[in-house]
Amino acid sequence: MNNTIAIIKKQLKDTLKNKTVLIQFIMFPMLTLIMNHTIAIDGMPENFFVNLFATMYIGMAPLTSIAAIIAEEKEKNTLRVLIMSNVRPYEYLLGIGIYVWVICMIGAVVICTAGGYKPQGNITFMSIMAIGILASLLAGTTIGTYSHTQMMATSVTLPVMMFFSFMPMLSLFNTTIAKIAKFTFTEQISLGQVTNLQLKAENICIIIVNILIAAVLFSITYKKCGLA
Amino acid sequence: MNDTIMIKNLSFGFAEKQVLNHITFHVQEGEIFGLLGPSGAGKTTLIKILTGQLQQSDGYAKLLGKDSKKLSGTERRQIGTMMDNFGLYERLSVYDNLSFYADIYHVSRSAINEILKNIGLYEGRGIAVSKLSKGMKNRLSLARALMNNAKILFLDEPTAGLDPATTREIHDVLLSQKKKGTTIFLTTHNMFEAEDLCDHIALLSKGNIIETGKPADICRKYNHLNKLQITLKNGETIILENGSASANTVKEYLENGSIDAIHSTEPTLETVFIELTGKGLDGYE
Repeated sequence: MNNTIAIIKKQLKDTLKNKTVLIQFIMFPMLTLIMNHTIAIDGMPENFFVNLFATMYIGMAPLTSIAAIIAEEKEKNTLRVLIMSNVRPYEYLLGIGIYVWVICMIGAVVICTAGGYKPQGNITFMSIMAIGILASLLAGTTIGTYSHTQMMATSVTLPVMMFFSFMPMLSLFNTTIAKIAKFTFTEQISLGQVTNLQLKAENICIIIVNILIAAVLFSITYKKCGLA
Repeated sequence: MNDTIMIKNLSFGFAEKQVLNHITFHVQEGEIFGLLGPSGAGKTTLIKILTGQLQQSDGYAKLLGKDSKKLSGTERRQIGTMMDNFGLYERLSVYDNLSFYADIYHVSRSAINEILKNIGLYEGRGIAVSKLSKGMKNRLSLARALMNNAKILFLDEPTAGLDPATTREIHDVLLSQKKKGTTIFLTTHNMFEAEDLCDHIALLSKGNIIETGKPADICRKYNHLNKLQITLKNGETIILENGSASANTVKEYLENGSIDAIHSTEPTLETVFIELTGKGLDGYE
C-alpha cells in the first residue's frame, strides 16, 4: 500500500505540471459551469448541459488521461525503473487508477453542483458518475497497456473516446445511431441521468457488461504486452 | 570473498539473432567489474537479464546466491540500477524524483539531501529534470541507484558522453561506494574507465566473452613485444629488450640522469581488443 500511496503523491505533483492531462480534468467541469449559467433556451430539457457534459466527461477524461499517463511512463522507461524497484504492476495500476478516479470524481462534484440537485439526487448523480468513470478507466488502462508510446496511445484513444463520448449526443438525432449507442456504458449513464437520476436494471446490466468486456480486454492486453 | 554475481553458460537470442553465447564469469563481493565491448556487443542485454528485465534462453545467472529469474522483493531492494535511458520524471524536480523513490525504498528525507550533496546536485535540487544537462541527469540517475544502499549496483555506461570532469566525479562516487562494500557491475566501451576503475573486466564481442581478468594482467598477457620504451630528456626514444641484457644500458642512462620516462610496451585494452576481434571498442575496424 505504501508504494501505491507514493505513486498517488508523485502523480499529483506531476499532473500539476502537466497541462495536457490537467486540461482533461478541468475542461468539462468548467464548460458545464459556464454553459449552464449562461445559456438558457426555451424548451431546453432540464440540466441539458449537465447531462451532456457529464457524459462527455466520463467518456473522455478518465480514458484519455490514464492511457496517456501509462503510455508516457512506458515510453520514457520510468515504469520499467519502477518495476525494477520492486513496485508490483498491480500497485502501480492501483495508484494511477485511484488517482485518476479521485480527480475525476472531484470534477464530477463540480458538474453535480451545476445541476443543483437535492441531496438524494446528488448521491445518485455521483454514484452514476463513479460507475461511469470506473468503466472509462478500465478502457483507458487497456489502451495505455497496449501502447508503447504516447503517440500510439493518442491514436488509439481518439476514436474510442469519440465513440463513447459522442454516441449519446448523436443518438438524440438518429435512431440507427441510438440503436448502436444503447450498448455503450456512456449512453446508459446518459439515460440514467436524464430519467430522473435513476439507473434501471437494463442500464445497470449494460454498464456491467461494458465493464466486464473492458476487464477481459485489459487482461488479454496485459498478458500480451505487460506493463514494462 | 563470495561471488555476488555468478553467470554460467548464459545464452540469449531472438528468432534470427543470437545476442549472447554461453557467457560464463563471476563477480566477487565488493569489487568493481567492467564489461567492455562495442555498441551492440550484448552488454545492455546482459544487464537486463541480470536485473530480471529479460530472461535468458539458456544457462543461469545468480545474484546474491539466488537465481536472477526468481529474485524476491527483498533481494530486488538490494539491487540498484542505472540504465542508459535514465527513466526520470522530466516534469518533476531533482528532489521530487528522489523523494518519490525515497518513499518506494522507505528511505528518510534527510538521506536525500545527503545523497544530493555527495553527488553534487544539492544546489540544483529544485530544478526540473527536463532542464538538466546530460551529465546532471546521469548523476541524478546514479543518485537514485544509490538511494537504497544497494549491495549490487548495475550501471549501464554510467559516463557515456560526459566531459572528463563529470566523469571523474562519477568515478569518485563509485570508488567511495566500493569502499562501503558495494559490488559494482558496469558496462563501458571506455578502456580508460575500465583501467582506472575496475578490479576485473570481461571483454565482450558479438555476444562472446573473449577475455576476462584484471585489466593489468590482460595487458601483460598480450605484451608480445615485451620491451622497454625509454624516452630521453633530449626527446629521443629508445626501445630495449625487457631483460638482463638491457640492465647496463638502463643503468647508464639513469646514472647520467638523461631519462625522462620509462614505459613497458604492454598494449592497452583497446589494442588487446583489436588483436582479439579485429575491431576497436568503438566498433570500427
